[in-house]
Order: sequence, then structure tokens, then C-alpha cells
Amino acid sequence: MIADIALALPEIFLAVAAMVLLVFGVYAGEKSTRFVATAAIVALAAAIVLVLGRQAATGFGGMFVVDAFGSFAKILILVGTGLAIAMSLGYLRDQGIERFEFPVLLMLSTIGMMIMVSAGDLIALYLGLELQSLAIYVCAAFKRDSTRSTEAGLKYFVLGALSSGMLLYGASLVYGFAGTTSFAGLAQVLQGGGTPIGVLVGLVFIAAGIAFKCSAAPFHMWTPDVYEGAPTPVTSFMAAAPKVAAIALFMRVFLVPFGGMVEEWRQIIVVIAVLSMVLGAFAAIGQSNIKRLMAYSSIGHVGYALIGLAAANQEGVRGVLIYLAIYLAMNVGTFGVILCMRRATGYSEEISDLAGLARTRPGLAAAMAVFMFSLAGVPPLAGFFGKFYVFMAAVNAGLYVLAVIGVVTSVVGAYYYLRIVKLMYFDAPAEPFAANTDRGVGVVTVAAGLFTLFFFVYPAPIVAGAQIAARALLP
Amino acid sequence: MYAAIVFLPLIAAIVAGLFGRFLGDRGSQIVTCGAVITSALLSIVAFFKVVIGHQPTTVMLFDWIVAGDLQIAWALRIDQLTSVMLIVVNVVSAVVHVYSVGYMAEDPHKPRFMAYLSLFTFAMLMLVTADNFVQMYFGWEGVGLASYLLIGFWYERPSANAAAIKAFVVNRVGDFGFALGIFGVYLAFGSVDFATVFKASPDMAGKTFHFLSWDVDIMNTLCLLLFLGAMGKSAQVPLHTWLPDAMEGPTPVSALIHAATMVTAGVFMVARCSPMFEMAPFALNVVAAVGAFTAFFAATIGLVQNDIKRVIAYSTCSQLGYMFFAAGVSAYPVAIFHLFTHAFFKALLFLGAGSVIHAMHHEQDMRHMGGLWSKIRQTYVLMWIGSLALAGVPFFAGYYSKDAILESAFAANSGVGDFAFAMGLAAAVLTAFYSWRLIFMTFHGHPHDHHHFEAAHESPPVMLIPLYVLAAGAVLAGIVFAGMMTGHHWQEFWGSSIYVAENHKVMATFHDVPLWVKLAPVAAGVLGIAVAYWMYIRDRRVPAGLAARNEPLYRFLLNKWYFDELYDWALVRPAMRLGRLLWKGGDGRVIDGLGPDGVSATVIRVTRRVVLLQTGYVYHYAFAMLIGVAAFVTWYFAVGH
Repeated sequence: MIADIALALPEIFLAVAAMVLLVFGVYAGEKSTRFVATAAIVALAAAIVLVLGRQAATGFGGMFVVDAFGSFAKILILVGTGLAIAMSLGYLRDQGIERFEFPVLLMLSTIGMMIMVSAGDLIALYLGLELQSLAIYVCAAFKRDSTRSTEAGLKYFVLGALSSGMLLYGASLVYGFAGTTSFAGLAQVLQGGGTPIGVLVGLVFIAAGIAFKCSAAPFHMWTPDVYEGAPTPVTSFMAAAPKVAAIALFMRVFLVPFGGMVEEWRQIIVVIAVLSMVLGAFAAIGQSNIKRLMAYSSIGHVGYALIGLAAANQEGVRGVLIYLAIYLAMNVGTFGVILCMRRATGYSEEISDLAGLARTRPGLAAAMAVFMFSLAGVPPLAGFFGKFYVFMAAVNAGLYVLAVIGVVTSVVGAYYYLRIVKLMYFDAPAEPFAANTDRGVGVVTVAAGLFTLFFFVYPAPIVAGAQIAARALLP
Repeated sequence: MYAAIVFLPLIAAIVAGLFGRFLGDRGSQIVTCGAVITSALLSIVAFFKVVIGHQPTTVMLFDWIVAGDLQIAWALRIDQLTSVMLIVVNVVSAVVHVYSVGYMAEDPHKPRFMAYLSLFTFAMLMLVTADNFVQMYFGWEGVGLASYLLIGFWYERPSANAAAIKAFVVNRVGDFGFALGIFGVYLAFGSVDFATVFKASPDMAGKTFHFLSWDVDIMNTLCLLLFLGAMGKSAQVPLHTWLPDAMEGPTPVSALIHAATMVTAGVFMVARCSPMFEMAPFALNVVAAVGAFTAFFAATIGLVQNDIKRVIAYSTCSQLGYMFFAAGVSAYPVAIFHLFTHAFFKALLFLGAGSVIHAMHHEQDMRHMGGLWSKIRQTYVLMWIGSLALAGVPFFAGYYSKDAILESAFAANSGVGDFAFAMGLAAAVLTAFYSWRLIFMTFHGHPHDHHHFEAAHESPPVMLIPLYVLAAGAVLAGIVFAGMMTGHHWQEFWGSSIYVAENHKVMATFHDVPLWVKLAPVAAGVLGIAVAYWMYIRDRRVPAGLAARNEPLYRFLLNKWYFDELYDWALVRPAMRLGRLLWKGGDGRVIDGLGPDGVSATVIRVTRRVVLLQTGYVYHYAFAMLIGVAAFVTWYFAVGH
């Protein structure tokens, strides 16, 4: 029992810290938000240290798995949450929603994500997923007096409930046909082939549930509306850490318990990946709101990541993990820029407001240009390497069509990324933005920008880490 | 030393071209003139060493291309043929360099001009010293490039640009043939080395290629392809149209490139490849026929042209025809001899014309000249010398070479030889006529443009001294070298650089033709001069009357046998139409329509539809999710996993 607790120490530590901060906040009142947020970031950093200290093992009767794969994903999640909290305070203050619950909610969501990626059982999976989602539902509606925000929260909640229902239904089907919910047990049962159709149907439902969480087409419909409606810091959080968790979960579920059915499930993963890439590329072109654009962008990027899953080999897993790390940085950075789109009259979300940014705010424009080029996958920026590793895995796995579609949609996608660059550098300036006063946003954006720009100089730590993680998942 | 001859002009070209701005006009002129004059002096030394001292040699520079069987080196082949060419090229080039100092005195781009001239000289030297086909091709294209640059030297003039492009494009046709010829040589002989190829040529005679479903004679095919290249460079019908237009370039350029050296490259190439042509009887006949026809054809056009430089340009074209038909009847030494003498007197004529143009402030139309002899006496005398040499009046250089050509054509004793003889003789009459027409219209009669006439002035010494050098050549080149180059002991002079097959006896027999054949060219010349005198001095109404009476013929000649119009109609217009079709229809409508424009339009259409999917209603979204799940499940049931 003690060993089990030691195994889950990071999660338990975070949970205790979240509750302590909650109690503290209740007593200290609204003024404590800045302190709570700082403490939350410290706690997340401490959790990273704890995660690094775990040895690979299984606990809680097989429900909870600690391995290098999980740890890699957890570190990304913790970093993503920490950056999101760091960026949020200025916006929350400006919008009059600077409440101490916000960092606490993100911490709770993070605990859910960590459980997701460590899940060794369908039950644990569901627990983590729900914990993660419930916190985000609240966050999406965090600006209670805004109809857009509450609408976003409600939509996400209703559809999220539907997806959870599907996932649960799928899990029950799998249990009914396979007789176990444990990943290890499932892997054993499904090893020999001759999969019962019921398991397959169950798998489709589980896939739908997880695909919803990582907003892969055709389960993506909530994404643009929720991204647009939710307060920007929430959006920036949703676009980063939960995506990492959901895709990591996707890989663990599909490669471990259902690893024997690769040929079967690859068919739907390929379809989901292609639909996501195509939709992400085409629909983004029609957007005028930068947050909606980023919603479609994230749909497209999930599609690219799923290419690595479809490859279903160590190389693919490694590629996806590298992709997620890079995606996290690019996305956080882009939202950092979006959070700087502030005028005296309030925050702006229109793409056209970026016009001529290079003349009014050259530094900001340069950062945005770096992120856009990187998202478009232009070498030598980090985004190129993310795509490169997954495409390479796909090609080596013989999935040429998928790789080609990926490249083609990247080209289409490049259009809307580069359009923003063109807008910033070649168009007549729009009304300039107010100077950025929030240090958090500035530091995070610059850090993300430097990472994106100079990833190619020293990619070894991340590539090597991803390699170890991939080996842990697929020995 | 040999390397210095070739590379000094290159160094000068680089220095003047890249650093002309720092050197200034005078500096560039000194560098380029100095280099080329040094080259010219060294060429004379080389001539004595190689020809008189019988020491032909090959200087290996370094390997150029080594790729499997294909091995090409940079090497200078200095044999008798080359050393004669070295003299021609370097002496004329040196003279023209010096002359340009005076002629281009008012031009703001002197360093560029001098650099181009030196670059041309280098390329031409590369061409004549090549020891393999590829190196020759390098020089061949190099002179083409320099010619393009120099014709278009006054690039502000649209006509100069058009002429430069025309020269380049027409030459491409010939060069394409030449390139195919080289490919063919490599295919047949497995080498592009002159020595190897020439040695193997006799064995290749009569063998055939299998091409598609035909068997074609190897040597005839290769030689015809090579000759196609020669036709382009040497302005033979039907690839002659660029040469008259090339007169848009500055006059020194016309003298150097379009009279004395580059245009004779074709003749040189045929002579160089004599061991191959000797094995290709059909190709030789073609060479003779094309040359003979061009000699006559160009002379007829020269009769009616009014631009002083164009008259001389057509004369060049015609004289090149003489050289080719001499080569075509296997009298290569005679052809090169004419090349040699022609270089002097034609350069003299061009530079003399340049002197006239200079005096008339860049007026080139002879109808606006007249009576100039009293104003520019020295030029007048020099033009007389050039014309006498051109018309083949005894004891001037042209007399020896032209006589020898006509005699060899007669001595060939073949159908094509007789045709060439007849054409050549007719052309000789015409040549004398248009030469004196030029002199009478320019220097005699009444001045037509008093303003220019009054302002006319003799050229400065820097322009006249080069003319005297050339005049010396025009007078002496024949009498001194006739015996050596074309006499009974021609083989002693040329060594193994020119090969004539045993059964081709023209070189031996042309000295023994009947007396009337020997006298005919002189008679033709005198006749031409007499007619010109009658028409342009005695009775000035005759030319206009003749032109009026024979209106169609006059128009036909004035419009150069309508060759340009024919090409325009048969090639240029269809090509433009095809280009327009491919551009508007193919590229614009099909490629752009389906490609960039079509794709982007499709993307926007798709985007609009996809965006419409996003209605904002939760039940639509839920429906989409359920449809997705249902579709996947159905898929598995349908394919039965």
C-alpha cells in the first residue's frame, strides 16, 4: 500500500497542494490570487521533480502504471499547465475574473490528466478523464457574466457528457466481450487475434470518447465554439496540456491493451487523422477570429500527431511525443501573442487587427512570425521537426498515402499561417496595441519563441527522452 | 608561350571588365591593347617556329572532364593550320583594338567595349587552338557570346538588341547541329579528341549508323551535322540572315568578328576536320553547293543595298561562300588562303567604312554621301586598296586567292565543281560592281548632305595607322604567301594539319587549267568595275531607270530574296502563335486554371462548405459525433474486420 502511494506521489502531492491552496484562498479572499497562482506554479514544478524521481512500476492492483512514457507525458502536461497559469493572470485581472479558484481548477485538471496517462485500467482511464474534463468545463465558463463564456462551458459540458457516455459504453462492451477492464488483461485476451466484433465496436466508442477530448474530426465540433467563447487563458490551456494528455492516452490505450488489433483499429485512426488534417487545413482558411483559427489549427495538428499513432511502432510513438512537446511550445507561444492583442478598449481577437504589427510592435510581430512559420512546418523551426518525425514514421510503416495527405494539407495549412505573417509585415497598420504590462506573458512568449527558433540547434534531450518513452510503451 | 598567346587576352578581358572602373578608360585601353598586341607578336614567332621550323606541337594544360570513357582535356593544338589562324586572329584583333581607341573615343563605356573585344579574342583563340571537339565547342560558344554582347553593345537601341538576339538565335540552329555532330562523333569513335578521331576516320568511311529504321552513312551524317554548325557561324544560306543585321554593332566589331575572324570559324572547322570530310563525299558536295550558291546569292543582294556596312556584310557572306566551295572541292589550303587574305582586306574595308562613318558623324546611308574623296583622302586611297583586293585585281591579295579558288573549282572537274565555278565567276563580276558602286557613291559625285559634308574630317592617326597595317596585308599577303600556301609544295607548308585524300587531285591540278580560266576572274573584275563606272559616274540615270524597268527584280534583291519575310512567315509567326496558344491556353487556362488558380479556388470553395458545417447548435454537433461513431461501426460490420 505504501509502495502504491509512493508510486502516485506526484499526483497525491498535487492533489494535497490544490486542496491546501483552495482552503487558503477561501480564507485569504480574492486578493490572494497572485499568491495562489505562484504557489500553484511552484507545486507543479515540484511535481515535475517528483515525476522524475519515480521508478517504473505498476500499482493499485494494475490500475496505475508508472513508466517512462507516462513520465514524459506528465512532464509536458505539468509544463503546459504551469505556463498557462503564468500567462493567465494579466488577462484575468483585466477581465475582472481574477479568482483564486482558477489556478486550483487547473491543478485539479492536471491531476486528472496525469491519471489518464498513467491509467492501467479502463476504470482508471475514465476517472482521470472525468476529473480532467470537469475542471475544464468550469474553466470554460469561468467568466460567468459573459454569455459567450457560459455558452462555451455549457456546450463543452453537454457534448463532453455525450462523449463520456460513449466512452463508458465502449468500455462496458469491451468488458462484456473480453471479461476484463485491465489493460494487461485485455492485452492478453486480445493477443491471439480473432477479436470478437463486440470488442471492436467497444473500441470504436472508446476511440470516439478519446477523439473528442483531443478534438479529432469528426468529434471536433465543439472545439471552435469553445475555443472562441472561453476566456483566452483557458483556451491556451485547453489547446496545450489536455491535448497532450488525450493523445498520450490514445497511444497507451490503443498500443497496449489493443496492441494486438493494430490492423483493425488502424483503419479508423487513419480516417480520423485524414479528416482532422483536411478539416484543420481547409476550415481554418475561412476564419477571421484568431482563437477559432487556432481551434482549427489544433484540430489539424492532432491529425498530424495521429499519423504517428497509425504507424503503431516505436518510431511513431517517439515521433508523436516529439510532436507534442514542440506543439506545446508553439501553441503556448502563439497564445502568448494573442494575449498581447490588447487595446485600451479591451482584448482583440480579430485576425485583421494584426495588420501592420511589424511596424507598431516589431518584437511581437517577430515572435508571431516565428510561431506561424513553425506551425506551418517551415524548416529549420521546431514545427518542421515535429512533422518530420511523424511523417518519417508513417513512411517507414508503409503508410505513404497518409504521409502524402499530411504533406498536402500542410501546404494548404501554410496558407493561413503565412497569411498572418503577410498581414503583419506587408499590410497597412491597424490601430496599435497597448504595451504589454504582464511579465508572465512576456517571459513565456519569449521562452516559447526561443525554444521554437533554436530547437534544431540542440534537439537531443527531447528526442532522446521521447526515444526512451517510446521504448517503455512498445518494448 | 603558346599558353600566353591564348590567355593574355583573357586576363586583359577580366582586368578591363571587372576593374575597368578603377583603371579608367585609358588604363583599360592600354591593358587590352597591350595584351593583344603581345599576343599578336607572339603569334608571329609561333608562326615561324611551327610553319617555317616545322615544329607543330600540343600543349597539355590539364584534364577537364574525366567521366568513364569520356576524357576531355584542356590542350592547345598548335599546328600549321592553327598558327595561320593565330596570325589572322591576333593581328586583326590587335589592329581593331587600337582602331577602337579612336573610333569609340566618344563612347562612355570604353572599358566594357575593350573587355568584350578581348574576351572575343580569347574565345576565338580557344576555338582555333582546340585539340578536341568539346574545347572547340567551348570557343565556338564563347565567340557566339562575345558576338552577342558586341552586336548589342549599344543596348539602348532596340534594333541593336533585336539584331543581337537574332544572331544568337540563328546561331543556335547551327550550334545545335554542331552539338549533335559532336555527340555523333563520340558515339561513333568513342572519343572527341581530334587526333584519335582523325586517325580512325578512314576506317569509318562507308560504315553506317542504324537510326530508327534507316541505315545512314556515318561520315556523311557527322560531317553534315558539323557543317550545319559551320553554316550558322559562317552565315551560309539559309542561316545567313543574322550577319547583315549584326552590322548594328560598332564598326570595329563588324571588322573583327563579322568579317575577319568569327565568321570564318566555319571554314576553319571544315579545314580542321578535313580528315573527316575527305571520307564524306556527299557532305563535301553539299559544302561546295551551299558555298557556291551563297557566293552568288549574297553578291546579288549586295548590288542594291544602300547602307555602306551592309554592302560589305553581304560581300563577306559572299566571300565566305567562296571559301566553302573551295573546301568543298577538297582545296582546303586554298580556302584557308582566301580566309587569310580576306581577313586583311575585308577588315580594311570595314575599318575604312568605319572611318567614313566616323567622318560623317555616324551616317551610314551611301545615298547621303558623295564627293567625300577630297575631304578624306587617306581613307579614300585605303578603300581603293581594299576594293582592289576584294575584286581580285592582279597583284593584290584577293587576286591570288580568288583565282586559286575559281581554278580549283574548275579543276575539280565535277558537276558541283562546274556549278561552283559558274557561280563564283558571276559573283566575281557582281563583287567588282558593288565594290565600285560603293566607292563611287561614297567618294565621288556631288555631296548629298552638305551639312555633313562640310563637317567631314579625316580620322585621327590612331585609326589610320591600323588601316595602313591592314592595307599592307591586303597588298602583300597574296604575293608573299600564295606560293607557300597553295603552291605545288603546299604539303610542306601545311604538314599533317590538312588532309586531302589520294584520289582528290585538285590541289595538284588547279595550276594547270586552261588560260581562259586563269584570265576569267580578272576579266570579270574589270567588267564589274567598268559597269559600275558607267552607271555611277558616266550616266547616273541608269541605275534608277534599271530599277524602274525591273521593279520586281529590284524589289526582290532589295528585300534580300525575301528570306527574312519567309522565315517570319514560316517560323517566327507560327512559333509566336504556338507560344501564344500555349501561354494563354496551355499555361493560363489549363495549368493556371487547374493548377494554382484552380486549386486556390477549390480550397476556398471547400472552406466555405466546411465552415457552413459549424452551425453552433449543440445537437448538430452531437449528431455529427453519433454519425461518426455509427459510420465507423458500420464500416467494421461491413468489412467484417
